[in-house]
Amino acid sequence: MIQVFIKELNSFLNSLIAYIVISVFLAGIGLLMWVFPDTSVLDYGYADMETLFALGPYVFMFLIPAITMRMFAEENRAGTIELLLTKPITDWQIILGKYLSGWALVIFAVLPTVFYYWSLRQLGDPIGNIDTAAVIGSYIGLILLGGVFTSIGVLSSLLTTNQIVSFIVAVFLCFIFYSGFSSLASINDWGSGALLFEQFGILYHYNALSKGLIDTRDILYFASVITLMLLFTKLILGSRKW
Amino acid sequence: MSILVKDLTKTYGTQNAVERISFEVNDGEIVGFLGPNGAGKSTTMKIATCYLPPTSGVVEVGGFDVVKNPNEVKKMIGYLPEHNPLYLDMFVREYLNFIGKIHGIRGAKLGARIAEIISLCGLTKEQNKKIGNLSKGYRQRVGLAQALLHDPKVLILDEPTTGLDPNQIIEIRNLIKSTGKDKTVLFSSHIMQEVQALCDRVVVINNGKLVANDEIDALKFDDSKRLIIKAEFSEQPSEPGLLEIDGIIKVKDLGECVFRLEVENSVDVRPAIFKYATDHGLMLLGLQQEEASMETVFQELTKPDKKS
Repeated sequence: MIQVFIKELNSFLNSLIAYIVISVFLAGIGLLMWVFPDTSVLDYGYADMETLFALGPYVFMFLIPAITMRMFAEENRAGTIELLLTKPITDWQIILGKYLSGWALVIFAVLPTVFYYWSLRQLGDPIGNIDTAAVIGSYIGLILLGGVFTSIGVLSSLLTTNQIVSFIVAVFLCFIFYSGFSSLASINDWGSGALLFEQFGILYHYNALSKGLIDTRDILYFASVITLMLLFTKLILGSRKW
Repeated sequence: MSILVKDLTKTYGTQNAVERISFEVNDGEIVGFLGPNGAGKSTTMKIATCYLPPTSGVVEVGGFDVVKNPNEVKKMIGYLPEHNPLYLDMFVREYLNFIGKIHGIRGAKLGARIAEIISLCGLTKEQNKKIGNLSKGYRQRVGLAQALLHDPKVLILDEPTTGLDPNQIIEIRNLIKSTGKDKTVLFSSHIMQEVQALCDRVVVINNGKLVANDEIDALKFDDSKRLIIKAEFSEQPSEPGLLEIDGIIKVKDLGECVFRLEVENSVDVRPAIFKYATDHGLMLLGLQQEEASMETVFQELTKPDKKS
Protein backbone atom coordinates (compact mmCIF):
# COMPACT_ATOMS: atom_id res chain seq x y z
CA MET A 1 0.00 0.00 0.00
CA ILE A 2 2.76 2.37 0.98
CA GLN A 3 4.39 1.95 -2.47
CA VAL A 4 1.22 2.92 -4.30
CA PHE A 5 0.73 5.80 -1.86
CA ILE A 6 4.23 7.13 -2.51
CA LYS A 7 3.92 6.65 -6.24
CA GLU A 8 0.65 8.57 -6.39
CA LEU A 9 2.00 11.35 -4.21
CA ASN A 10 5.08 11.59 -6.42
CA SER A 11 2.93 11.80 -9.49
CA PHE A 12 1.00 14.69 -7.91
CA LEU A 13 4.26 16.47 -7.23
CA ASN A 14 5.78 15.70 -10.64
CA SER A 15 2.75 16.71 -12.63
CA LEU A 16 2.25 20.04 -10.85
CA ILE A 17 -1.22 18.92 -9.75
CA ALA A 18 -0.21 19.21 -6.12
CA TYR A 19 1.11 22.76 -6.44
CA ILE A 20 -1.87 23.91 -8.42
CA VAL A 21 -4.40 22.36 -6.06
CA ILE A 22 -2.73 23.78 -2.98
CA SER A 23 -2.18 27.22 -4.41
CA VAL A 24 -5.65 27.52 -5.92
CA PHE A 25 -7.21 26.43 -2.67
CA LEU A 26 -5.15 28.85 -0.62
CA ALA A 27 -5.55 31.71 -3.06
CA GLY A 28 -9.30 31.21 -3.28
CA ILE A 29 -9.86 30.84 0.42
CA GLY A 30 -7.41 33.67 1.18
CA LEU A 31 -9.26 36.05 -1.14
CA LEU A 32 -12.62 35.08 0.31
CA MET A 33 -11.44 35.43 3.87
CA TRP A 34 -9.34 38.56 3.78
CA VAL A 35 -10.04 40.51 0.60
CA PHE A 36 -13.54 40.18 -0.86
CA PRO A 37 -15.65 42.59 1.24
CA ASP A 38 -18.76 40.39 1.23
CA THR A 39 -17.07 37.55 3.03
CA SER A 40 -14.02 39.21 4.57
CA VAL A 41 -13.41 38.61 8.25
CA LEU A 42 -11.93 42.10 8.55
CA ASP A 43 -15.20 43.73 7.49
CA TYR A 44 -17.27 41.26 9.47
CA GLY A 45 -15.81 42.38 12.73
CA TYR A 46 -15.99 39.05 14.54
CA ALA A 47 -12.97 36.86 15.06
CA ASP A 48 -14.28 33.62 13.64
CA MET A 49 -13.37 31.40 10.71
CA GLU A 50 -16.85 30.77 9.46
CA THR A 51 -15.86 31.90 5.95
CA LEU A 52 -13.24 29.17 5.62
CA PHE A 53 -15.49 26.44 6.93
CA ALA A 54 -18.61 27.50 5.06
CA LEU A 55 -16.96 28.04 1.69
CA GLY A 56 -14.16 25.48 1.94
CA PRO A 57 -16.50 22.58 1.09
CA TYR A 58 -17.57 24.29 -2.11
CA VAL A 59 -13.97 24.84 -3.15
CA PHE A 60 -13.27 21.18 -2.32
CA MET A 61 -16.27 20.13 -4.36
CA PHE A 62 -14.35 21.15 -7.48
CA LEU A 63 -10.76 20.66 -6.40
CA ILE A 64 -10.99 17.15 -5.02
CA PRO A 65 -12.64 15.62 -8.09
CA ALA A 66 -9.88 17.31 -10.08
CA ILE A 67 -7.28 15.52 -7.96
CA THR A 68 -8.94 12.13 -8.11
CA MET A 69 -10.32 12.10 -11.63
CA ARG A 70 -7.22 10.58 -13.19
CA MET A 71 -6.47 8.04 -10.48
CA PHE A 72 -8.18 5.00 -12.00
CA ALA A 73 -9.44 6.59 -15.24
CA GLU A 74 -5.89 7.09 -16.47
CA GLU A 75 -4.76 3.62 -15.37
CA ASN A 76 -7.68 2.11 -17.22
CA ARG A 77 -7.09 4.15 -20.33
CA ALA A 78 -3.37 3.48 -20.52
CA GLY A 79 -3.75 -0.17 -19.54
CA THR A 80 -1.36 0.20 -16.60
CA ILE A 81 -4.09 -1.16 -14.37
CA GLU A 82 -3.29 -4.57 -15.84
CA LEU A 83 0.31 -4.11 -14.80
CA LEU A 84 -0.68 -3.18 -11.29
CA LEU A 85 -3.24 -5.93 -10.87
CA THR A 86 -0.80 -8.62 -11.97
CA LYS A 87 1.73 -7.58 -9.32
CA PRO A 88 1.71 -9.22 -5.91
CA ILE A 89 -0.44 -6.59 -4.23
CA THR A 90 -4.10 -6.81 -3.36
CA ASP A 91 -6.93 -4.68 -4.73
CA TRP A 92 -7.30 -3.09 -1.31
CA GLN A 93 -3.67 -2.02 -1.25
CA ILE A 94 -4.10 -0.30 -4.60
CA ILE A 95 -7.36 1.41 -3.61
CA LEU A 96 -6.15 2.51 -0.19
CA GLY A 97 -2.82 3.72 -1.55
CA LYS A 98 -4.56 5.88 -4.08
CA TYR A 99 -7.25 7.04 -1.71
CA LEU A 100 -4.87 8.00 1.08
CA SER A 101 -2.56 9.87 -1.27
CA GLY A 102 -5.50 11.98 -2.46
CA TRP A 103 -6.61 12.62 1.08
CA ALA A 104 -3.08 13.49 2.12
CA LEU A 105 -2.93 16.12 -0.61
CA VAL A 106 -6.21 17.61 0.67
CA ILE A 107 -4.81 17.75 4.18
CA PHE A 108 -1.64 19.44 2.90
CA ALA A 109 -3.85 22.07 1.29
CA VAL A 110 -5.79 22.67 4.50
CA LEU A 111 -2.80 22.79 6.85
CA PRO A 112 -1.50 26.25 5.92
CA THR A 113 -4.85 27.77 6.87
CA VAL A 114 -3.91 27.14 10.50
CA PHE A 115 -2.00 30.35 9.99
CA TYR A 116 -5.38 32.12 9.59
CA TYR A 117 -6.35 30.89 13.01
CA TRP A 118 -3.21 32.36 14.47
CA SER A 119 -3.86 35.70 12.70
CA LEU A 120 -7.42 35.87 13.96
CA ARG A 121 -6.27 35.05 17.44
CA GLN A 122 -3.98 38.06 17.28
CA LEU A 123 -6.75 40.25 15.89
CA GLY A 124 -9.19 39.32 18.63
CA ASP A 125 -9.99 41.88 21.29
CA PRO A 126 -8.66 41.01 23.76
CA ILE A 127 -6.02 38.93 21.98
CA GLY A 128 -7.00 35.26 21.95
CA ASN A 129 -10.73 35.96 21.93
CA ILE A 130 -11.75 33.19 19.53
CA ASP A 131 -13.79 30.04 19.93
CA THR A 132 -10.92 27.56 19.73
CA ALA A 133 -13.09 24.50 20.34
CA ALA A 134 -15.31 25.39 17.39
CA VAL A 135 -12.26 25.91 15.19
CA ILE A 136 -10.83 22.52 16.13
CA GLY A 137 -14.19 20.83 15.55
CA SER A 138 -14.54 22.57 12.21
CA TYR A 139 -11.07 21.49 11.13
CA ILE A 140 -11.88 17.90 11.98
CA GLY A 141 -15.11 18.29 10.03
CA LEU A 142 -13.38 19.83 7.03
CA ILE A 143 -10.71 17.14 6.89
CA LEU A 144 -13.29 14.35 7.21
CA LEU A 145 -15.35 16.04 4.53
CA GLY A 146 -12.25 16.06 2.36
CA GLY A 147 -11.96 12.34 3.07
CA VAL A 148 -15.52 11.72 1.94
CA PHE A 149 -15.09 13.78 -1.22
CA THR A 150 -11.86 11.95 -2.02
CA SER A 151 -13.56 8.56 -1.63
CA ILE A 152 -16.37 9.72 -3.92
CA GLY A 153 -13.75 10.94 -6.40
CA VAL A 154 -11.84 7.63 -6.35
CA LEU A 155 -15.06 5.74 -6.97
CA SER A 156 -16.10 7.94 -9.89
CA SER A 157 -12.65 7.65 -11.36
CA LEU A 158 -13.05 3.90 -11.57
CA LEU A 159 -16.43 4.16 -13.24
CA THR A 160 -15.04 5.46 -16.50
CA THR A 161 -11.91 5.73 -18.59
CA ASN A 162 -12.74 9.34 -19.39
CA GLN A 163 -11.37 11.82 -16.89
CA ILE A 164 -13.90 14.52 -17.69
CA VAL A 165 -16.83 12.20 -17.14
CA SER A 166 -15.22 11.08 -13.92
CA PHE A 167 -14.80 14.70 -12.81
CA ILE A 168 -18.40 15.63 -13.53
CA VAL A 169 -19.81 12.55 -11.84
CA ALA A 170 -17.66 13.20 -8.79
CA VAL A 171 -18.67 16.88 -8.54
CA PHE A 172 -22.32 15.91 -8.80
CA LEU A 173 -22.08 13.17 -6.16
CA CYS A 174 -20.13 15.47 -3.81
CA PHE A 175 -22.82 18.10 -4.21
CA ILE A 176 -25.63 15.62 -3.54
CA PHE A 177 -23.90 14.28 -0.47
CA TYR A 178 -22.91 17.66 0.86
CA SER A 179 -26.02 19.76 0.55
CA GLY A 180 -28.32 17.81 -1.72
CA PHE A 181 -29.78 15.70 1.07
CA SER A 182 -30.52 18.65 3.36
CA SER A 183 -32.04 20.58 0.49
CA LEU A 184 -34.22 17.59 -0.32
CA ALA A 185 -35.18 17.29 3.33
CA SER A 186 -36.56 20.81 3.24
CA ILE A 187 -39.26 19.78 0.78
CA ASN A 188 -42.38 20.02 2.85
CA ASP A 189 -43.63 16.51 2.21
CA TRP A 190 -41.55 14.21 4.32
CA GLY A 191 -43.08 14.84 7.69
CA SER A 192 -41.06 13.17 10.38
CA GLY A 193 -38.79 11.55 7.75
CA ALA A 194 -37.21 14.91 7.00
CA LEU A 195 -34.73 14.65 9.85
CA LEU A 196 -33.65 11.20 8.73
CA PHE A 197 -33.19 12.51 5.23
CA GLU A 198 -31.15 15.41 6.50
CA GLN A 199 -28.95 13.05 8.46
CA PHE A 200 -28.01 11.27 5.26
CA GLY A 201 -26.27 14.43 4.10
CA ILE A 202 -22.83 15.65 5.10
CA LEU A 203 -23.99 19.15 6.01
CA TYR A 204 -25.91 18.05 9.08
CA HIS A 205 -22.90 16.31 10.59
CA TYR A 206 -20.48 18.92 9.40
CA ASN A 207 -22.45 21.67 11.13
CA ALA A 208 -22.66 19.61 14.29
CA LEU A 209 -18.88 19.22 14.34
CA SER A 210 -18.24 22.89 13.65
CA LYS A 211 -20.03 23.84 16.86
CA GLY A 212 -17.04 22.33 18.59
CA LEU A 213 -18.92 19.29 19.77
CA ILE A 214 -17.10 16.18 18.62
CA ASP A 215 -19.80 13.55 18.66
CA THR A 216 -18.86 9.97 17.81
CA ARG A 217 -22.08 9.68 15.81
CA ASP A 218 -20.84 12.35 13.42
CA ILE A 219 -17.39 10.83 13.16
CA LEU A 220 -19.02 7.47 12.57
CA TYR A 221 -21.13 8.96 9.80
CA PHE A 222 -18.06 10.21 7.95
CA ALA A 223 -16.23 6.94 8.49
CA SER A 224 -19.16 4.93 7.17
CA VAL A 225 -19.58 7.02 4.02
CA ILE A 226 -15.85 6.69 3.29
CA THR A 227 -15.98 2.93 3.93
CA LEU A 228 -19.06 2.56 1.77
CA MET A 229 -17.50 4.42 -1.15
CA LEU A 230 -14.28 2.40 -0.90
CA LEU A 231 -16.27 -0.83 -0.70
CA PHE A 232 -18.04 0.12 -3.92
CA THR A 233 -14.66 0.90 -5.44
CA LYS A 234 -13.36 -2.51 -4.43
CA LEU A 235 -16.50 -4.13 -5.80
CA ILE A 236 -16.10 -2.45 -9.17
CA LEU A 237 -12.37 -3.12 -9.36
CA GLY A 238 -13.11 -6.76 -8.55
CA SER A 239 -15.89 -6.93 -11.13
CA ARG A 240 -13.37 -7.91 -13.82
CA LYS A 241 -13.44 -11.30 -12.16
CA TRP A 242 -17.16 -11.82 -12.63
CA MET B 1 6.13 -28.19 -14.83
CA SER B 2 5.92 -24.44 -14.71
CA ILE B 3 2.73 -23.60 -16.54
CA LEU B 4 -0.17 -25.98 -16.78
CA VAL B 5 -3.29 -25.11 -18.73
CA LYS B 6 -6.01 -27.70 -18.59
CA ASP B 7 -9.39 -27.54 -20.33
CA LEU B 8 -9.31 -23.78 -20.13
CA THR B 9 -12.44 -22.02 -21.34
CA LYS B 10 -13.09 -18.30 -21.20
CA THR B 11 -16.38 -16.81 -22.25
CA TYR B 12 -17.11 -13.13 -22.76
CA GLY B 13 -20.87 -12.86 -22.75
CA THR B 14 -21.90 -15.48 -25.24
CA GLN B 15 -18.65 -15.44 -27.17
CA ASN B 16 -16.05 -18.07 -26.48
CA ALA B 17 -12.66 -16.42 -26.47
CA VAL B 18 -10.88 -19.60 -25.50
CA GLU B 19 -12.39 -23.04 -25.73
CA ARG B 20 -11.12 -26.04 -23.84
CA ILE B 21 -7.44 -25.60 -24.51
CA SER B 22 -4.83 -27.64 -22.70
CA PHE B 23 -1.08 -27.38 -22.86
CA GLU B 24 1.86 -27.20 -20.53
CA VAL B 25 5.17 -25.47 -20.42
CA ASN B 26 7.99 -27.30 -18.70
CA ASP B 27 10.70 -25.80 -16.53
CA GLY B 28 13.29 -23.91 -18.51
CA GLU B 29 11.45 -24.17 -21.78
CA ILE B 30 10.85 -21.30 -24.18
CA VAL B 31 7.47 -21.79 -25.75
CA GLY B 32 5.99 -19.68 -28.51
CA PHE B 33 2.30 -19.01 -28.35
CA LEU B 34 0.98 -18.48 -31.83
CA GLY B 35 -2.22 -17.57 -33.49
CA PRO B 36 -3.81 -14.90 -35.63
CA ASN B 37 -5.10 -11.72 -34.01
CA GLY B 38 -8.12 -12.39 -31.86
CA ALA B 39 -7.36 -16.08 -31.50
CA GLY B 40 -7.34 -15.90 -27.70
CA LYS B 41 -3.63 -15.59 -26.99
CA SER B 42 -3.89 -12.51 -24.82
CA THR B 43 -6.92 -13.86 -23.01
CA THR B 44 -5.01 -17.00 -22.09
CA MET B 45 -2.07 -14.95 -20.85
CA LYS B 46 -4.30 -12.66 -18.85
CA ILE B 47 -5.76 -15.68 -17.15
CA ALA B 48 -2.31 -17.14 -16.44
CA THR B 49 -1.28 -13.84 -14.83
CA CYS B 50 -4.40 -13.67 -12.63
CA TYR B 51 -5.76 -10.59 -14.35
CA LEU B 52 -8.87 -12.42 -15.54
CA PRO B 53 -10.42 -15.51 -14.04
CA PRO B 54 -11.09 -18.57 -16.20
CA THR B 55 -14.72 -19.44 -16.91
CA SER B 56 -13.82 -23.07 -16.43
CA GLY B 57 -10.73 -25.20 -16.43
CA VAL B 58 -7.52 -25.01 -14.49
CA VAL B 59 -4.44 -22.87 -14.91
CA GLU B 60 -1.48 -23.47 -12.64
CA VAL B 61 1.81 -21.62 -12.52
CA GLY B 62 4.61 -23.32 -10.63
CA GLY B 63 2.07 -25.60 -8.99
CA PHE B 64 -0.13 -22.75 -7.73
CA ASP B 65 -3.67 -22.33 -9.00
CA VAL B 66 -4.35 -18.86 -10.42
CA VAL B 67 -7.76 -18.68 -8.77
CA LYS B 68 -6.89 -20.09 -5.37
CA ASN B 69 -3.38 -18.69 -4.88
CA PRO B 70 -3.17 -15.58 -7.03
CA ASN B 71 -0.55 -13.90 -4.86
CA GLU B 72 1.87 -16.81 -5.06
CA VAL B 73 1.42 -16.89 -8.82
CA LYS B 74 1.91 -13.14 -9.15
CA LYS B 75 5.15 -13.33 -7.17
CA MET B 76 6.49 -15.97 -9.50
CA ILE B 77 5.79 -14.41 -12.87
CA GLY B 78 7.20 -11.52 -14.80
CA TYR B 79 4.54 -10.24 -17.15
CA LEU B 80 4.77 -7.91 -20.10
CA PRO B 81 1.20 -7.13 -21.14
CA GLU B 82 0.18 -6.47 -24.72
CA HIS B 83 0.93 -2.90 -25.88
CA ASN B 84 3.37 -2.57 -22.98
CA PRO B 85 1.52 -0.19 -20.67
CA LEU B 86 3.83 2.16 -18.76
CA TYR B 87 3.53 5.18 -16.53
CA LEU B 88 4.77 7.75 -19.01
CA ASP B 89 5.21 10.48 -16.43
CA MET B 90 7.62 8.42 -14.34
CA PHE B 91 11.39 8.26 -14.70
CA VAL B 92 12.97 4.95 -15.69
CA ARG B 93 14.69 4.45 -12.35
CA GLU B 94 11.73 5.71 -10.37
CA TYR B 95 9.50 3.25 -12.19
CA LEU B 96 11.80 0.28 -11.62
CA ASN B 97 12.12 1.33 -8.01
CA PHE B 98 8.34 1.32 -7.64
CA ILE B 99 7.98 -2.11 -9.26
CA GLY B 100 10.83 -3.51 -7.14
CA LYS B 101 9.25 -2.26 -3.93
CA ILE B 102 5.92 -3.80 -4.89
CA HIS B 103 7.77 -7.07 -5.21
CA GLY B 104 9.17 -6.52 -1.77
CA ILE B 105 12.80 -5.90 -2.75
CA ARG B 106 14.28 -3.20 -0.55
CA GLY B 107 17.25 -1.02 0.16
CA ALA B 108 20.71 -1.75 -1.20
CA LYS B 109 19.55 -5.00 -2.74
CA LEU B 110 17.01 -3.15 -4.84
CA GLY B 111 19.56 -0.57 -5.94
CA ALA B 112 21.97 -3.27 -7.04
CA ARG B 113 19.27 -5.19 -8.84
CA ILE B 114 18.06 -2.09 -10.69
CA ALA B 115 21.60 -1.28 -11.80
CA GLU B 116 22.01 -4.86 -12.98
CA ILE B 117 18.76 -4.93 -14.90
CA ILE B 118 19.40 -1.54 -16.46
CA SER B 119 22.68 -2.69 -17.94
CA LEU B 120 21.19 -6.05 -18.91
CA CYS B 121 18.37 -4.41 -20.83
CA GLY B 122 20.67 -1.85 -22.44
CA LEU B 123 19.04 1.10 -20.72
CA THR B 124 22.22 2.62 -19.32
CA LYS B 125 22.07 5.69 -21.52
CA GLU B 126 18.39 6.26 -20.95
CA GLN B 127 18.18 5.49 -17.27
CA ASN B 128 17.67 9.07 -16.15
CA LYS B 129 15.00 9.95 -18.67
CA LYS B 130 11.27 10.09 -18.36
CA ILE B 131 9.61 7.01 -19.83
CA GLY B 132 7.38 9.25 -21.93
CA ASN B 133 10.44 10.64 -23.68
CA LEU B 134 11.81 7.26 -24.73
CA SER B 135 11.44 5.77 -28.19
CA LYS B 136 9.29 2.73 -28.67
CA GLY B 137 12.21 0.30 -28.60
CA TYR B 138 13.47 1.66 -25.32
CA ARG B 139 10.00 1.63 -23.82
CA GLN B 140 9.83 -2.02 -24.72
CA ARG B 141 13.09 -2.54 -22.87
CA VAL B 142 11.67 -0.79 -19.84
CA GLY B 143 8.68 -3.10 -20.06
CA LEU B 144 11.00 -6.10 -20.16
CA ALA B 145 13.14 -4.71 -17.36
CA GLN B 146 10.03 -4.37 -15.27
CA ALA B 147 9.07 -7.97 -15.97
CA LEU B 148 12.57 -9.26 -15.18
CA LEU B 149 13.28 -7.12 -12.14
CA HIS B 150 12.35 -9.58 -9.41
CA ASP B 151 14.12 -12.41 -11.25
CA PRO B 152 10.93 -14.37 -11.86
CA LYS B 153 10.95 -18.08 -12.57
CA VAL B 154 8.30 -17.68 -15.23
CA LEU B 155 8.17 -15.00 -17.90
CA ILE B 156 4.95 -14.31 -19.76
CA LEU B 157 5.40 -11.90 -22.64
CA ASP B 158 2.48 -10.79 -24.77
CA GLU B 159 3.72 -9.81 -28.22
CA PRO B 160 6.99 -8.34 -26.99
CA THR B 161 8.19 -7.26 -30.43
CA THR B 162 5.12 -5.74 -32.05
CA GLY B 163 5.66 -2.36 -33.60
CA LEU B 164 9.43 -2.41 -33.40
CA ASP B 165 11.78 -1.93 -36.33
CA PRO B 166 13.79 -4.96 -37.54
CA ASN B 167 16.91 -4.05 -35.58
CA GLN B 168 14.98 -3.54 -32.40
CA ILE B 169 13.17 -6.81 -32.94
CA ILE B 170 16.49 -8.62 -33.08
CA GLU B 171 17.75 -6.83 -29.98
CA ILE B 172 14.65 -7.64 -27.97
CA ARG B 173 14.77 -11.20 -29.24
CA ASN B 174 18.36 -11.59 -28.10
CA LEU B 175 17.43 -10.11 -24.79
CA ILE B 176 14.66 -12.65 -24.34
CA LYS B 177 16.97 -15.42 -25.38
CA SER B 178 19.79 -14.46 -23.05
CA THR B 179 17.63 -13.73 -20.03
CA GLY B 180 15.36 -16.66 -20.66
CA LYS B 181 18.10 -19.25 -20.35
CA ASP B 182 17.25 -20.32 -16.84
CA LYS B 183 13.62 -19.33 -16.94
CA THR B 184 10.40 -20.68 -18.26
CA VAL B 185 9.18 -18.39 -21.01
CA LEU B 186 5.81 -18.27 -22.68
CA PHE B 187 5.59 -15.60 -25.30
CA SER B 188 3.00 -14.82 -27.89
CA SER B 189 3.64 -13.63 -31.37
CA HIS B 190 2.30 -13.81 -34.85
CA ILE B 191 5.68 -13.62 -36.47
CA MET B 192 6.90 -17.04 -37.51
CA GLN B 193 10.59 -16.33 -37.86
CA GLU B 194 10.65 -15.08 -34.33
CA VAL B 195 9.20 -18.27 -33.00
CA GLN B 196 11.61 -20.28 -35.08
CA ALA B 197 14.53 -18.28 -33.78
CA LEU B 198 13.58 -18.41 -30.12
CA CYS B 199 11.46 -21.33 -29.19
CA ASP B 200 11.85 -24.95 -28.34
CA ARG B 201 8.21 -25.58 -28.86
CA VAL B 202 5.12 -23.86 -30.25
CA VAL B 203 1.52 -23.86 -29.17
CA VAL B 204 -0.81 -22.67 -31.91
CA ILE B 205 -4.37 -21.61 -31.29
CA ASN B 206 -7.01 -20.43 -33.69
CA ASN B 207 -10.48 -19.15 -32.85
CA GLY B 208 -9.92 -20.08 -29.25
CA LYS B 209 -9.06 -23.68 -30.03
CA LEU B 210 -5.75 -25.46 -29.82
CA VAL B 211 -4.59 -26.52 -33.28
CA ALA B 212 -1.00 -27.55 -32.65
CA ASN B 213 1.30 -28.18 -29.74
CA ASP B 214 4.60 -29.44 -31.02
CA GLU B 215 8.34 -29.18 -31.09
CA ILE B 216 9.45 -26.68 -33.67
CA ASP B 217 11.41 -29.41 -35.44
CA ALA B 218 8.39 -31.65 -35.63
CA LEU B 219 6.39 -28.96 -37.35
CA LYS B 220 9.23 -28.26 -39.70
CA PHE B 221 9.66 -31.97 -40.40
CA ASP B 222 6.01 -32.29 -41.28
CA ASP B 223 6.55 -29.55 -43.70
CA SER B 224 9.69 -30.92 -45.25
CA LYS B 225 8.08 -34.25 -46.05
CA ARG B 226 6.31 -32.38 -48.77
CA LEU B 227 7.57 -29.86 -51.23
CA ILE B 228 5.67 -27.17 -53.03
CA ILE B 229 6.53 -26.76 -56.68
CA LYS B 230 5.15 -24.17 -58.98
CA ALA B 231 5.03 -25.26 -62.61
CA GLU B 232 4.14 -23.05 -65.54
CA PHE B 233 3.08 -24.58 -68.83
CA SER B 234 2.56 -23.06 -72.25
CA GLU B 235 -0.94 -24.50 -72.49
CA GLN B 236 -3.47 -25.84 -70.04
CA PRO B 237 -2.64 -29.44 -69.03
CA SER B 238 -5.27 -31.70 -67.47
CA GLU B 239 -5.28 -31.84 -63.70
CA PRO B 240 -5.93 -35.61 -63.43
CA GLY B 241 -3.07 -36.15 -65.82
CA LEU B 242 -0.74 -34.27 -63.52
CA LEU B 243 -1.96 -36.23 -60.53
CA GLU B 244 -0.99 -39.46 -62.22
CA ILE B 245 2.67 -38.55 -62.06
CA ASP B 246 4.32 -40.59 -59.35
CA GLY B 247 4.99 -38.51 -56.25
CA ILE B 248 2.49 -35.71 -56.83
CA ILE B 249 -0.03 -35.55 -54.02
CA LYS B 250 -2.05 -32.46 -54.71
CA VAL B 251 -2.57 -30.17 -57.67
CA LYS B 252 -3.95 -26.68 -57.52
CA ASP B 253 -4.73 -24.57 -60.55
CA LEU B 254 -3.48 -21.05 -59.96
CA GLY B 255 -4.73 -19.82 -63.34
CA GLU B 256 -2.89 -18.83 -66.52
CA CYS B 257 -1.45 -22.34 -66.81
CA VAL B 258 0.38 -22.08 -63.53
CA PHE B 259 -0.02 -25.00 -61.15
CA ARG B 260 0.88 -25.43 -57.54
CA LEU B 261 2.01 -28.98 -57.00
CA GLU B 262 2.42 -30.61 -53.65
CA VAL B 263 4.91 -33.40 -54.00
CA GLU B 264 6.58 -35.96 -51.82
CA ASN B 265 9.99 -34.90 -50.78
CA SER B 266 11.55 -38.32 -51.25
CA VAL B 267 10.92 -38.39 -54.98
CA ASP B 268 12.44 -36.02 -57.48
CA VAL B 269 9.47 -35.32 -59.71
CA ARG B 270 11.11 -32.79 -62.00
CA PRO B 271 12.07 -35.28 -64.75
CA ALA B 272 8.58 -36.77 -64.61
CA ILE B 273 6.94 -33.39 -65.01
CA PHE B 274 9.25 -32.59 -67.87
CA LYS B 275 8.45 -35.90 -69.50
CA TYR B 276 4.72 -35.35 -68.98
CA ALA B 277 4.95 -31.98 -70.70
CA THR B 278 6.78 -33.31 -73.77
CA ASP B 279 4.48 -36.35 -73.99
CA HIS B 280 1.43 -34.08 -74.12
CA GLY B 281 2.97 -31.57 -76.48
CA LEU B 282 3.22 -28.88 -73.82
CA MET B 283 6.13 -26.65 -73.13
CA LEU B 284 7.38 -26.29 -69.60
CA LEU B 285 8.01 -22.58 -69.09
CA GLY B 286 8.99 -22.62 -65.46
CA LEU B 287 9.62 -24.95 -62.58
CA GLN B 288 10.14 -23.35 -59.23
CA GLN B 289 10.40 -24.73 -55.77
CA GLU B 290 8.62 -22.69 -53.14
CA GLU B 291 10.32 -22.20 -49.83
CA ALA B 292 8.26 -24.23 -47.43
CA SER B 293 8.41 -22.29 -44.22
CA MET B 294 6.77 -21.92 -40.89
CA GLU B 295 4.59 -19.29 -42.52
CA THR B 296 2.85 -21.92 -44.63
CA VAL B 297 2.46 -24.17 -41.63
CA PHE B 298 0.90 -21.29 -39.78
CA GLN B 299 -1.41 -20.51 -42.67
CA GLU B 300 -2.37 -24.14 -42.97
CA LEU B 301 -3.12 -24.45 -39.29
CA THR B 302 -5.07 -21.25 -38.92
CA LYS B 303 -7.09 -21.22 -42.11
CA PRO B 304 -10.50 -19.71 -41.32
CA ASP B 305 -12.31 -22.72 -42.77
CA LYS B 306 -10.08 -25.23 -41.07
CA LYS B 307 -12.06 -27.74 -39.11
CA SER B 308 -10.41 -28.70 -35.91
